[in-house]
Amino acid sequence: MAHGPAKGISRWLFTTNHKDIGTLYLWFSFAMFFLGGFFAMVIRAELFAPGMQLVDPNFFNQMTTMHGLVMVFGAIMPAFVGLANWMIPLQIGAPDMALPRMNNLSFWILPCAFIILASTLFMEGGAPNFGWTFYAPLSTTYAPASVNYFIFAIHIMGVSSIMGSINIIATVLNMRAPGMTLMKMPMFAWTWLITGFLLVAVMPVLAGAVTMMLMDINFGTSFFDAAGGGDPVLFQHVFWFFGHPEVYIIILPAFGVISAIIPTFSRKPLFGYSSMVYATAAIAFLSFIVWAHHMFTVGMPIAGELYFMYATMLIAVPTGVKVFNWVTTMFRGSISLETPMLFAIAFVILFTIGGFTGVMLSLAPADIQYHDTYFVVAHFHYVMVAGAVFSGTGAVYYWLPKWCGRMYNEALGKVQFWLAFIGFNIAFFPQHFLGLAGMPRRYADYSLQFADWNMVSSVGAFMYGAAQVLFLYNVLSTVIAGRKVTEPKTWEGAEGLEWTVPTPAPYHTFTTPPEVK
Amino acid sequence: MLANAKQFIMRVLAPFLLFPLAVAAQAQQDGTWREVLNMTPGVTEVSRQIYDLHMLILWICVAIGTAVFAVMFYSVIVHRKSRGYKAANFHESTTVEIIWTVVPALILVLIAIPATTTLVNLYDTSDAELDVKVTGYQWRWQYEYLGEGVQFMSDLSSSNDQIYNREDKGEFYLAEVTEPLVIPVDTKVRFLITSNDVIHSWWMTDFGVKRDAVPGYINETWARVDKTGVYRGYCAELCGQGHAFMPVVVHVVEKDEFAQWLDEKKTEAEALREMASQQFTKEELMARGEGVHNRTCAACHQTSGEGITGVFPAIKGGAKALGPVADHMDIVVNGSPGTAMQAFGGQLSEVDIAAVLTYQRNAWGNDTGDVVQPVDVLMFKQGQ
Repeated sequence: MAHGPAKGISRWLFTTNHKDIGTLYLWFSFAMFFLGGFFAMVIRAELFAPGMQLVDPNFFNQMTTMHGLVMVFGAIMPAFVGLANWMIPLQIGAPDMALPRMNNLSFWILPCAFIILASTLFMEGGAPNFGWTFYAPLSTTYAPASVNYFIFAIHIMGVSSIMGSINIIATVLNMRAPGMTLMKMPMFAWTWLITGFLLVAVMPVLAGAVTMMLMDINFGTSFFDAAGGGDPVLFQHVFWFFGHPEVYIIILPAFGVISAIIPTFSRKPLFGYSSMVYATAAIAFLSFIVWAHHMFTVGMPIAGELYFMYATMLIAVPTGVKVFNWVTTMFRGSISLETPMLFAIAFVILFTIGGFTGVMLSLAPADIQYHDTYFVVAHFHYVMVAGAVFSGTGAVYYWLPKWCGRMYNEALGKVQFWLAFIGFNIAFFPQHFLGLAGMPRRYADYSLQFADWNMVSSVGAFMYGAAQVLFLYNVLSTVIAGRKVTEPKTWEGAEGLEWTVPTPAPYHTFTTPPEVK
Repeated sequence: MLANAKQFIMRVLAPFLLFPLAVAAQAQQDGTWREVLNMTPGVTEVSRQIYDLHMLILWICVAIGTAVFAVMFYSVIVHRKSRGYKAANFHESTTVEIIWTVVPALILVLIAIPATTTLVNLYDTSDAELDVKVTGYQWRWQYEYLGEGVQFMSDLSSSNDQIYNREDKGEFYLAEVTEPLVIPVDTKVRFLITSNDVIHSWWMTDFGVKRDAVPGYINETWARVDKTGVYRGYCAELCGQGHAFMPVVVHVVEKDEFAQWLDEKKTEAEALREMASQQFTKEELMARGEGVHNRTCAACHQTSGEGITGVFPAIKGGAKALGPVADHMDIVVNGSPGTAMQAFGGQLSEVDIAAVLTYQRNAWGNDTGDVVQPVDVLMFKQGQ
């Protein structure tokens, strides 16, 4: 035992160490975050003023499509898989992940998938231009030739996600230290266990959808082609049966991170731990039975509309429980506002706003007006960016000292936070107004009444982009030259096994399992 | 470092923060402020019901949000370590968990009642007095008055020069069309919505109507507008590169005015059918054909006929345009299955097809000298 990492590049190529693989996932996700962010900057620059200035409408559609795909599959999901790799073994007292070799494979096929996806930008006919939801027949009969590469890339991402989630499920269920019962696990391990099951259940559905597309495009079937007896609406049902659980796959681990950060900096235990677990499970269950609320304008029978409306409204209940629990955790705590806590508080505020617009969207008749407008764009950026990305950023600051044994620059972290928080709200809050006033989403150009708020939104987006450059700088300067810290417990109020190992966390931890009382 | 942070905020952030305020102030002066903040109540019963529902849920959310955030900010400000506040240690209470599960559930039930009533009303397409079939095409709308023999295409009328900033944009930039849909006031109009190619979505904000146009489906929805005027909406479902360029414009007119308009359209349609048997000169066909090409074909094949390499084939010097007339006519009338090339046989009149074929075979140096007459197109269609 106790041999260290291999030397040079082979350490990273052949590693089966959960910490190394976690690091790989996190850096890969960071790179994709900047790539997807660059696409977002192109979108906001084009929308800065009415008229086409920088790109043509077809390329604009490629940008919105690639932005969505890269952010969802390349930035957010791998970020949380990276956090899971690093933290779950440390949190449950396991020496490593349950399936280390598969862990290596599930990471290394991911860059291959994104090289394939990104290469479509340079192909004749251009990259996928049918939106990240790729509705047929726009994505089949009317798609550019690069759609086949897109399908292949999605398949690889799906395989990677399924392997990653099987690994997490196996680790959480089998590798817990003696005494670490399920109901003693940190919330982050709990949310990932549930997320793992969601992923295993829905990724094959996505694979099925893209395989049917592949057949329609290349082998003469007509799954989604009305002219051949197929059904374009079938595609949407299949896609959203994957797509709705997918958004909870993104947000549940973020809940877990917030449930770790808020008690730490409130110096008070998480309020209502068991109700948090049940609420997470309830949200996961509901995510499977509400998919068609993305399709209220597609022409469903009224019975279908009513069912999906009622079911969707229910989600507000367990989500509300989570928010109330976080607020009550803070109530009568002893709060300090370090950077991770700032991001966690911003998460609670902004995610709640996104949740409110979610309840508004769940009302089928009102959704007739909201559907496919900037109101929806604002809604899902409040839950995805202010939810997942803010939580991920908070997580990086929270655990960075444990990972590298160095303290980040607190002042710079706070500047980054305020720039990101203000920039985000300037970028996305006016999009509510734009949507309500009638601006559809995925528009390369717009009528003049929308000009003012679009300009405001673009300025906010550039600010938010600038904040991420600060983030990168702060992380790099910490890893390379940050102030050294050695005490196992970085934060005064932190609880859990990960704070019992030395700082920085050695290459191998918990080779003998800890006792949990 | 903290001093630096403050400087950074003052010098770099402050101008960014002031900019939106300046824009907002400007917008208020322009009078665009109010319209671009909230949903419109609209001009139908359904749209007003939707608006009321929207405002109800909005205020409920604002109230709950205010309460939750008030508690949170109170804690953040008062229960601070820096103020020497000592943390309490309570961490569970089944009673409060039950309260904040049950109370939100009850609020949701209360909201579900008006939402259900509105939805039932929205779905009631019975007893319509007028049927209009709306068909989405890449990238235009076709309107057909069922049983009246009247149909026409409604294309964007904002020019390419406006889109590419070569000339000033008009007041209704990207919200104006060559020929709007005309419907009578105070009349229940049923819209039968479908698509010829990809999925579109026909959205008229003021009517509270948004319904996807799905190929192979005919979706039904309705509106009874109680105020005359010009209403503008958009296509709401991503349908390709022209998605932002296929607005919806509806003129709502008095009933007698509508009857008169419909009669004129019928006469016009009759005249167009007669034209199909007439002979035209090459010049007449070229002039008409240029218009048809720029309206209908240029979105893909470009005004210059050069297409886009790798995506849309060129007509200038293209194999179809220089080859036999019958092949060229075939692809225009029947389209090319499995590609973006649509069948225009049902979209364009015989005169327009003849004109655009003549234009494409003689413009941009194609110079085949071929003249295609409407009767040729008619015979081609009948021969199929």
